[in-house]
Amino acid sequence: MEPMPKALKALNWITGALFVVALYLVLIFAPREAVMGDVQRVFYFHVAAGWVGALAFLVTAIAGGVYLARGERRWDLVAQASVEIGVVFTFANIVSGSVWARPIWNTWWTWDPRLVTATVMELVYIAYLMLRQGIEDPDRRARFGAVYGIVGFLSVPLTFLSIRIFRTIHPVVIGSGDPTAAGAFDMSPNMRVAFFFSLFTFTFVYATLLWHRLRLQRFSEKVEQMKMKILSV
Amino acid sequence: MPEAGSTRVVGDQPVVHRRTGGLGAYLRSIGAIIWKDLVAELRSRELLSAMLVFALLVVLIFNFALELDIRTRETVTSGVLWVTFAFAGTLGLNRSMAVEKDRGCLDGLLLVPVDRTAIYFGKVIGNLVFMLIVEAIVLPLYSVLYNINLFQPGLLAVILLGSIGYVAVGTLLSSMAVHARTRDVLLPILLFPVVLPVLVPAIKASNGFLQGFEMAEILPWLNLLIVYDVIFMAVAFMVFDYVVEE
Repeated sequence: MEPMPKALKALNWITGALFVVALYLVLIFAPREAVMGDVQRVFYFHVAAGWVGALAFLVTAIAGGVYLARGERRWDLVAQASVEIGVVFTFANIVSGSVWARPIWNTWWTWDPRLVTATVMELVYIAYLMLRQGIEDPDRRARFGAVYGIVGFLSVPLTFLSIRIFRTIHPVVIGSGDPTAAGAFDMSPNMRVAFFFSLFTFTFVYATLLWHRLRLQRFSEKVEQMKMKILSV
Repeated sequence: MPEAGSTRVVGDQPVVHRRTGGLGAYLRSIGAIIWKDLVAELRSRELLSAMLVFALLVVLIFNFALELDIRTRETVTSGVLWVTFAFAGTLGLNRSMAVEKDRGCLDGLLLVPVDRTAIYFGKVIGNLVFMLIVEAIVLPLYSVLYNINLFQPGLLAVILLGSIGYVAVGTLLSSMAVHARTRDVLLPILLFPVVLPVLVPAIKASNGFLQGFEMAEILPWLNLLIVYDVIFMAVAFMVFDYVVEE
């Protein structure tokens, strides 16, 4: 087994350290929100997880496009690894949102455009994984994955647009939000620090996981080759 | 398809021929594929009959599930119709591709020296025709069964536009799903989350027409539907080559 590259080792430590700092910022440094109380702290990681989900799926769509253009296998591996990470983080995003919504909206779930879109996005990429699972030929699996990754990524914002025409109750904290949305608030400077630091940290978490996942992929291929070798002897 | 087959050129020309056929030849090959699908269906009738019976059963189940009395009927009809069309549609899409694959027709089609996108459009239009036939039978039946007038030009236009978008995505995805081990289960799972942007405005616009909303209220949905049709058609057109490539 090849040793872990130095850069990856460093990345592990950096990500770990960043995460500890992020936890401190979110749980202690950021002030308690006046109206919502401590449950508002869910917000920092909630948005960060959502951001990683969207980023991961964007990477999948781009990697898929590059794969179709160049036909190099490593792009397909990136696309697949990214989807797996994206599905996990989108799930964390949805669940943490639910945890927040229970005390604030007084319900675990509501059919708000953002909630629906996040769920549809999750379903699209679960379907993506199921599609890959069903196809044996690796070449075809890669091509289909790339195509579905692109079509799926296009359809998600369109879904959001179509449902957006109804009124939404989901707060928009960044940018010009509707202040009447249930649970809206303005961030204080310290909250802002915690928020952007969470985004930053989660991006590192994503990069680290992606790298590990690609490495794992290479190992499993090696194991596969070794098996073949032993069987053929 | 003897017509498309006979245009095949021997020697070193087929590739040149494939790209320089001109619009006429392109349309002719699309026509040939549609014709092939229609003739095959006319002889076997297995696809349309399955879609139709299934669609009627869905309507029947809804009747009991929702207690379609006069008051609820007005508000849920568009939803019932679209669920019926979407379900029956996946059945048809699955079947139309599975037939190509199982009997080796797909390989034959791919060998024909025409642009691959002609195959896509041929299949799209063929599937669209099947879907429209099913809709053309379900709509009057629904009208009679539930005593509600569905023959409004606006509603028919929405159903046409929605079906186009549905089939445009569906044909692309069914040509992928057909290669999977789990193909019959896979298509709806692949298709429904992706085609949602088409279904939502279609349901909303249909509902608008059925409830007699003003045109200004329906128009945004109609516009959205047209835009999505164009987007999905364009994307499928661009990536279809990669799906059928061997």
